Amino acid sequence: MEHIRTTKVEQVKLLDRFSTSNKSLTGTLYLTATHLLFIDSHQKETWILHHHIALVEKLALTTSGCPLVIQCKNFRIVHFIVPRERDCHDIYNSLLQLSKQAKYEDLYAFSYNPKQNDSERLRGWQLVDLTEEYKRMGLPNSNWQLSDANRDYKICETYPRELYVPRIASKPIIVGSSKFRSKGRFPVLSYYHQNKEAAICRCSQPLSGFSARCLEDEHLLQAISKANPANRYMYVMDTRPRLNAMANRAAGKGYENEDNYSNIRFQFVGIENIHVMRSSLQKLLEVSGSRGLSVSDFYSGLEGAGWLRHIKAVTDAAIFLAKVLIEKDWISFGHKYSDRCGHLDGDPKEVSPVFTQFLECVWHLTEQFPQAFEFNEAFLLQIHEHIHSCQFGNFIGNCQKEREELKLKEKTYSLWPFLLHDQKKYFNPLYSSTSQKLAVLEPNTVSFNFKFWRNMYHQFDRTLHPRQSVFNIIMNMNEQNKQLQKDVKDLESQIKQHKNKQTDGVLTKELLNSVRPESPALKTSLCLKEQTLLPVKDALRTVEGSSPADNRYSEYADEFSKAEPAVVSSEYGVARMTC
Amino acid sequence: MEFSELIRTGQAQAELLRGPEMPPLRGTLCVTGHHLLLSPGPQATPDLWLLLLRSVDSIEKRVAGDAGTITLRCKDLRVLQLDIEGVEATLDIARSIEALSSLESVITSFPFFYRPKGLRLGESWHFHPPERYYKRVARETRAWRLSEANEDFSLCPSYPRAVIVPRTVDDDALARSARFRQGGRFPVLSYYHAPSGTVLLRSSQPLTGPQKRRCAEDEELLQAVLAGARPGARGFIVDTRSAQAAKQARMTGGGTEAKSAYPGWKRLHRPLERGRPLQESFVHLVEACGDLEQSMDRWLSRLDGCHWLSHVKAALSTACLAAQGMEWEGACILVHGAEGTDSTLLVTSLAQLILDPLSRTMAGFQELIEREWIQAGHPFQLRCAHSAFSHTRPKHEAPIFLLFLDCVWQLGRQFPLSLEFGEGMLLALFDHSYASPFGTFLCNSEKERCLCEVRTRTHSLWSGLNQPKEQRKLRNPLYAPNPLAIWPSVEPQSLRLWQGLFLRWTHPPEPSEVAWEKVWQIATDQEKTEGSQPTDSASEPQP
Repeated sequence: MEHIRTTKVEQVKLLDRFSTSNKSLTGTLYLTATHLLFIDSHQKETWILHHHIALVEKLALTTSGCPLVIQCKNFRIVHFIVPRERDCHDIYNSLLQLSKQAKYEDLYAFSYNPKQNDSERLRGWQLVDLTEEYKRMGLPNSNWQLSDANRDYKICETYPRELYVPRIASKPIIVGSSKFRSKGRFPVLSYYHQNKEAAICRCSQPLSGFSARCLEDEHLLQAISKANPANRYMYVMDTRPRLNAMANRAAGKGYENEDNYSNIRFQFVGIENIHVMRSSLQKLLEVSGSRGLSVSDFYSGLEGAGWLRHIKAVTDAAIFLAKVLIEKDWISFGHKYSDRCGHLDGDPKEVSPVFTQFLECVWHLTEQFPQAFEFNEAFLLQIHEHIHSCQFGNFIGNCQKEREELKLKEKTYSLWPFLLHDQKKYFNPLYSSTSQKLAVLEPNTVSFNFKFWRNMYHQFDRTLHPRQSVFNIIMNMNEQNKQLQKDVKDLESQIKQHKNKQTDGVLTKELLNSVRPESPALKTSLCLKEQTLLPVKDALRTVEGSSPADNRYSEYADEFSKAEPAVVSSEYGVARMTC
Repeated sequence: MEFSELIRTGQAQAELLRGPEMPPLRGTLCVTGHHLLLSPGPQATPDLWLLLLRSVDSIEKRVAGDAGTITLRCKDLRVLQLDIEGVEATLDIARSIEALSSLESVITSFPFFYRPKGLRLGESWHFHPPERYYKRVARETRAWRLSEANEDFSLCPSYPRAVIVPRTVDDDALARSARFRQGGRFPVLSYYHAPSGTVLLRSSQPLTGPQKRRCAEDEELLQAVLAGARPGARGFIVDTRSAQAAKQARMTGGGTEAKSAYPGWKRLHRPLERGRPLQESFVHLVEACGDLEQSMDRWLSRLDGCHWLSHVKAALSTACLAAQGMEWEGACILVHGAEGTDSTLLVTSLAQLILDPLSRTMAGFQELIEREWIQAGHPFQLRCAHSAFSHTRPKHEAPIFLLFLDCVWQLGRQFPLSLEFGEGMLLALFDHSYASPFGTFLCNSEKERCLCEVRTRTHSLWSGLNQPKEQRKLRNPLYAPNPLAIWPSVEPQSLRLWQGLFLRWTHPPEPSEVAWEKVWQIATDQEKTEGSQPTDSASEPQP
């Protein structure tokens, strides 16, 4: 690789960002074509994928070395101190290059090879199938049909080939409508609720300007309205604040004029655009990343960042929709992404937290309804990890067309089979598929319910988290229960066999003798099984009592050992000199 | 005094609204000496609804036309609404509730009349924590003794009869040291940490006054502590006031230990909030939690503005500091503030939970509360006279015990497998500390409890809670003993609002309750299957 000048640096220090006691790990830093790897003296490995790197900073030189700060898209922040400035500079430059690939072909997904043959790879891509998904919703039916209008991506580049539209909407109407919509994204079906005969459609803003109208577009919306016979009105939800929508009119865009569309109710939801979101998330991270944070700073920071406000706005909007529909399967294991990832800005180079936001909304739902989701928090975090990792083909490219051009299906692997392979890790042990109450979730969006998602934004700051995991223990218990129940069944059937033999009167002396020695053996095998089970459980349970040195009150340790030399902090508060 | 004098009406027809998720109850309303009853008739379920009048924190009445409405705000933070037929009846009932819910006398309170089936008086009062705990200490070290110098409560009215003190200090020296400490609370042993051989002590502030008085016996006592621990041991005095406040206390006769007078001891100041600011923080938080319509920003700013979580963080960090000093520095720790009955107990009891695996069991936790709160003289009757809804200006009220429970809850969240008791236990303790049919939290000190004969005339909360039918609500199904110290994270990101308490009624946690039920089921399934292995006789055919 032409970008890599130094592949190995020794005696590098890794600082803990929340420990004020200046604690650090010393180890060796390796730079590979895809990863930055740090191995500390305890042989613990820290892998950082180049694609995950959002920002690399080289701070001013200190006496102990040259500080290098790396911020990742998965909210990991590492702080290295490299002894020699030259090495630091080399790594800094290499990372700058490696973390921002200009071409899609340089992405990790195109070089990643998990040792699968082609048919396995194909099966992986077929795991999630849009057509199947629509079939599950009961489509096509008498009101909705598959349209081939976008077969060659002529009408809309960013839509997939297969689109569902109202049966009565003809091709000219669709074409006409698409010309009236920003980027050609005319209204198409997104989700169909079979029982209620109601649909969610989506589209982009109309190019209405101040007065323009489009008859075809009006017809199409009318057709959609008719395709939902159960409801008298159709709701058009504009996800922007009204002000933004009005401002857009000056740019020739805008929003639908209510007078031109009959039987349609318009509603502004007030979700801010991606730029506001990005700066909001940025602020949140700044607050939560600062050292020596007081409770009060934290909450005024949370308030100032407004991130939770945005999360609430998004959830509120979804609930308004839910009044008409939304079923739990929509957000169930493996389904949602087929729909979502096709149209979200999964571009690895565009930093926009919309998807993060979506995941966070799902997380809030899982918090409120611990039994409604088949997957757990780890699953959400894993997906978030891979959105940015570019290790799998799923989230590369901006739209279906681009993805086909990139030949992703031939050149890269799909993420889903890998997640499925590890699915045990991602199952929610409390999931209950039968509970009627959870069929349609009715989330409560009272402000109390929105919390800071520590496991996401501090995923890698070990000291902030609970030291014992309820999830793991329950999963383990579930496993053991199954195993034990199987044992009980086995034993019972054996008893039955023996009893049958007895009553049949076939039980001779020899048979008895052959049975007798068997029984103790049987028992020992059972004991053995238990023994193999129990240690696992204990290992899980007696997890670290952790060390006080991990925590912030340990800074008072200075007061215990009073003869400590004075501590001078450099201007970045990074390296400390002892005089 | 007869209760009947205070009851102004026999009964009335009323409808009770218990919150957004609960169906209303209609029936006959009736006020008795200790309860408010609503009987919806024999067919209805439940056929009787009962509210302990003692648990009413504030009452508000409104009349319109020929009907009235009474809003009852309870000490457990519940808000109830009663729609009553008849103006006269409404006013009478309101007045009766008002009079009966604020009775001052202890011996006419409900615990003296409560006689539940299945419990016998005097049961579970066999807890004699100092004596019991002394047995544990005596197993490990010979440096301490059980002193009965306070047998008649003459040395210190807020201490129990027996206390654990250094073996080398005699009762006369204790008496002199008691005279040098506010309220007579001389330094006594609170916890012996066997792994490091160090001790945790608590006391009240020394009465140095502006002249910087000294007391030889008090100094001797603290020297004896260091000598008993191990040669060369150091000590730390954790003062729960700021250095400034400790200095100011001298003007009113108090003060803090002078460095020169106590060689080997070093003072650390960790200011903890107490008294009125803490009560106000509680009131503001409960107010914020009652508003369902507020915006995200408003909620966050109110959560920030009430400072409750800052108090939680401060309490936990101070306890961690004390625990760290014992476990890692091998030092002896003395904790005191001013009176030594509030934040002092908060710190010593939390430090024990962090260090001592035994105190994290059900029985150990009950003993800890009995020993470190009830017998140690936390004035429950004064502190818990009113909860967050009272209109009267707080005099002595402060939710110190609630703050302790919140800190324990935070510990439980960070170490979900290490506490044998669950959230249910903490909620029950909160409810009972403010209003209870049991006698455990009555009065302000052991002395008062003796005068009122609480032990012989009321039932103990512990015997109530330890009945098998109550246990499922109180225990943690996932508990497994953890022999290590549990060091919590005190970063603001790691602390959370205790929703189970502060939002218990406004925000019914139904889905999480169902999930909790499921956890129980999984855990008990395991015990069942593990226990149901075929017996020998079944697995071996009989010849």
